Amino acid sequence: MSHATGTKYLKGGILPHMWCSGCGIGIMLGALLRAFEELDYTTTDTVVVTGIGCTGKADDYMITNALHTTHGRALAYATGIKAYNPRLNVVAIMGDGDGVTIGGNHFIHACRRNIDLTAVILNNLNFGMTGGQVSGTTPPQRYTSTTAYGNPERDFDICALAEAAGANYAARCTPYHGWEMKENMKEALTKKGFSVVEVVSPCPTHFGRHNEMKETPDMLHWLRDRAISIEDYRRLPEAERTERLAIGTLVSRDFPDFNTQYELVKARAQKG
Amino acid sequence: MQGNHAIAEGAIYAGARFYAGYPITPSSEIAEECSRKLPKLGGVYIQMEDEIASIAAVIGASLAGAKSFTATSGPGFSLMQENLGLAVMGEVPCVVVDVQRAGPSTGLATRPAQSDIMQIRWGRHGDQSVIALCPSSVKECFTLTVTAFNFAERYRVPVVLMPDEIVGHMRENVEVPAPGELEVVDRKRPAGPPADYKPFKADEDGVAPLAAYGGEYVFHVSSSMHGLDGYSNNDPANAAWRVKQLHEKIDRHRDEIVLTKRFGTDDADVLLVTLGATTRSGRAAAIEARRQGVKAGVLQLQTVWPFPDREVAELGRRAKMIVVPEMNYSGQIAGEVRKAVGPDVDLRQVNRYNGTIITPQDILAVMLGAK
Ligand SMILES: Cc1ncc(C[n+]2csc(CCOP(=O)(O)OP(=O)(O)O)c2C)c(N)n1
Ligand code: SF4
Ligand SMILES: [Mg+2]
Repeated sequence: MSHATGTKYLKGGILPHMWCSGCGIGIMLGALLRAFEELDYTTTDTVVVTGIGCTGKADDYMITNALHTTHGRALAYATGIKAYNPRLNVVAIMGDGDGVTIGGNHFIHACRRNIDLTAVILNNLNFGMTGGQVSGTTPPQRYTSTTAYGNPERDFDICALAEAAGANYAARCTPYHGWEMKENMKEALTKKGFSVVEVVSPCPTHFGRHNEMKETPDMLHWLRDRAISIEDYRRLPEAERTERLAIGTLVSRDFPDFNTQYELVKARAQKG
Repeated sequence: MQGNHAIAEGAIYAGARFYAGYPITPSSEIAEECSRKLPKLGGVYIQMEDEIASIAAVIGASLAGAKSFTATSGPGFSLMQENLGLAVMGEVPCVVVDVQRAGPSTGLATRPAQSDIMQIRWGRHGDQSVIALCPSSVKECFTLTVTAFNFAERYRVPVVLMPDEIVGHMRENVEVPAPGELEVVDRKRPAGPPADYKPFKADEDGVAPLAAYGGEYVFHVSSSMHGLDGYSNNDPANAAWRVKQLHEKIDRHRDEIVLTKRFGTDDADVLLVTLGATTRSGRAAAIEARRQGVKAGVLQLQTVWPFPDREVAELGRRAKMIVVPEMNYSGQIAGEVRKAVGPDVDLRQVNRYNGTIITPQDILAVMLGAK
């Protein structure tokens, strides 16, 4: 069996890409495109909606339909597309700033609405594009270009947030675990309702450099050493969990999605 | 029928099948009406988490093929600005209704104003042009909404409809036009081979055909500077072409877009330049002035942006005096009129900014009073 490469969704002639060496965004994109290929997605029926940031640049390398939006608002645009044409595969690709910091309100409401979109959030723990400033997902007391003496705030747990707000699916991955990431992407894409794939990712240029992971692979190794499957994580005593990163499928359930619910509304309106 | 209802009905008549919004006085009746009507027609009504999301969803739906719109008032309109800029940059047809209320800030939430005129024109960052229409009656709420959609579709632009609260909440009898009675325009669709489609390659008329997501044409739309194919392009020559093209697209169709109405302007010594509710007070004042022997006429600006400068100049230069009544402090229309007629014309302002309407007496006092 030949393996999916995803290259058929890549725009020719545009490489090399803009991302720094050691960045996780390319691996995220590779996994997503392989998932597209394994699911036989067509370019015509797929719409990629991106926000603004290093991650938000992903559409430039893709030949599916795309809408490159404003910082933090990708999910709101995606909601309009999907609500009007439920037949489309709509995927939002966002950074952590995009997805849950400036865009936090849209994120929780997309979860609550449980609209059948897939949100891929590349969480590199900071604002990569603008020079590595603190984000809503920067862990407490970590250093960034705007927390020179450590971050006084707590970080969001994106998957827990998704679960609490009502999403049908949430998975966490790292670029160190590329195959698993692709599998999670496939689950997310095929799951009806709102799905979130959080890709905790290295940004060696900023987060790594500020946090004693100066060499390009250091942050990837840091993720590798902390990652643990969700099954094993759940067996760990509470005290041993703090420094670990649970990866895999964290949430999977089947609440009715927005479009299904809206069909009921339409049917009632048209009867009355 | 109420003005706001006429806007909802006009939108549906024009083919709108998608509404996303966040309720705000004095625009909420438009949302309510759409929530009742659109599901019946197989369309979508969705209440979003805020106005930022509302305009975003409207743009997304438009690119998926819908005629789509939203309605709001000052505070919500402020929130929409950044994404409205994407509709300009990405050339996405859509309509935004700003039922103007008195500010600043939360201001007088239930009271009328005409103070978003400059925000509508200049409220977004970056250099761009926009079309805005202003109804002065319930009938015009209907017909100018249809026109707003037609302009949006024809020129691939966002169009702002800017009634004031008085017109939005006014009730008048209107006969809803029969289907086919008013022209309804649909956006140009691409026709060539899908592989050759370039979403920003304009035809002769300066407007590029727009496909819909999910059809056979695959395309990119971007808020970032982009080339003909919609992909990022930072080349200065490309950026210059883009910005110019966005402006020119509107400039070259200026005469089709600029709509005005004239009431007794042929022999007018005093020209009233009005919009929205002040048109009504202005017309009453002009009639009374004529009764008192002063030849007054009214130029109503149905199109506010692009500003009807040539029409104002033509009539204004013939008049001995121009009077501009508007419900704001700063004279947002008066400033544009001054630009159009030059420094030598006797231009008088009638301004109210306390959330109450300008009366015919207010206008008469300025018109007939000594300079
Ligand atoms: C409204 C607005 N505010 C701020 C910015 C500046 N900005 C661009 S990208 C970005 C943060 C990007 O961080 P993230 O979303 O995590 O993406 P990354 O670059 O890390 O992939 C910011 C603050 C903007 N473009 N728009
Ligand atoms: S700055 Fe960070 S997130 Fe951006 S490309 Fe470089 S490594 Fe990746
Ligand atoms: Mg980031």
